[in-house]
Amino acid sequence: MDTFPAPAAPLLSAHRLAFSRNDEPVFGPLDFSLGSGETVLVEGDNGSGKTTLLRVLAGMLPPGAGEIRFNGQPASRDNRNGHVLWLGHRTGMNDSLSARENLGFLAGLYGTRSGMTAATSMERVGIGAWIDEPLRTLSAGQKKRVGLARLLLSPGEVWLLDEPYANLDRHGIDLVNALIAEHCAGGGAALVTSHGAVRFADTRARHIRLAA
Amino acid sequence: MASTAQSMHDDRVARGRRSSGTSASAACIALLRRDLVLAWRRRGELFLPLLYAVIVAALFPFALGPDPELLARIAGGVLLVIVVLAMLPALESMFRVDLEDGTLEQWLLAPQPLALLALTRVIAHWLTTVLPLVVVMPLLGALLNLPVKVLPVLIVALLLATPLLVLLGSVLSALAAGARRSGILLALMLLPLAVPVVIFAAGAIAAAQAGMPFIAPLTWLAAALILAIVLAPLACAAALRIAVES
Repeated sequence: MDTFPAPAAPLLSAHRLAFSRNDEPVFGPLDFSLGSGETVLVEGDNGSGKTTLLRVLAGMLPPGAGEIRFNGQPASRDNRNGHVLWLGHRTGMNDSLSARENLGFLAGLYGTRSGMTAATSMERVGIGAWIDEPLRTLSAGQKKRVGLARLLLSPGEVWLLDEPYANLDRHGIDLVNALIAEHCAGGGAALVTSHGAVRFADTRARHIRLAA
Repeated sequence: MASTAQSMHDDRVARGRRSSGTSASAACIALLRRDLVLAWRRRGELFLPLLYAVIVAALFPFALGPDPELLARIAGGVLLVIVVLAMLPALESMFRVDLEDGTLEQWLLAPQPLALLALTRVIAHWLTTVLPLVVVMPLLGALLNLPVKVLPVLIVALLLATPLLVLLGSVLSALAAGARRSGILLALMLLPLAVPVVIFAAGAIAAAQAGMPFIAPLTWLAAALILAIVLAPLACAAALRIAVES
């Protein structure tokens, strides 16, 4: 039997999802869903559990309570891994390697979006000239852009972006918004955290507010 | 016919489920290539264990006095201990940089089994930090007057014992990755695990030196290595998950 997901099922949904660390509740219980083409903005002050929520959704932390469903099925390593792209504070790239080498390695794990190469993705984020420089010579904002290039290169549907606006200038913030809009227009979805200090382009995006 | 159709169907289902990500072998090759490029960038660091081994082997005859027979008697055991000590410092940093820069997070979310990536890392680590030590063994053997007939047994014992130690070390390194000053912790944890490995390797070398059969201890090492190849990456993967969680 081919088990194609029902088209109506959201890409990612959470039901009564909660997480506690050392018996201290970090967030939740939360209910939300993220459908194809949707962007959800997670807002909250520092320490309100935004990053923890994203790590739980990505599968790096086990949920304390409640359920996460991916494509209508209970999320597991088998159905979620490779379909979720994570961009956190740490870009997941080695400082001694160039952007081309780092992106090449991640493409080796996650595959490549059709028509995308390391070079075209680096051009798109505006730092194509830096592709062969070791990352340690790049500024924090440029490293963030390499992280964005990686999102373009890998084919995952759901983007989990933790503070993608950090370290970026005004053009960089516009770039993040444009990339998210393009990704969602192509059938993807994005969950974005922010401490609320940036202009978020998509005014229709739903918001999840976490209290500290 | 039916079985062919069935296997094609299974293949299609598997492809449908794994629509993103590359095959496990392609991922392993990508990781191996990355680690080798990285090792080449830091070849100065990799040279240190080699230099350490050569210096210790060169100092031994000076400290013990120029008695060729005494040297020949202890050379096998000394070289074994030199290799174990020389590979110890590098074990600590097996996963630390990847934990710090977030690479391990990307490993965890990749479509390939984490244990397979851990095993590939072990292979890359062995190739870059331990294989050079094995390669210079004939030189070090000459410095310590190691009998020529013992050299091949020493090298085979090292080829079995060192991957075993790297596999055991990978689990401990993953466990200790998040801890500060993990080097001391790792050395303390690895010591009891390294003792049987050293005993069997030294047993083979001593037997060869005495002209006795040396196959049995080598076979034990090989059996332990096979067991470790299967089990250590699984334990390592579990430890890496804990390291990323905390």
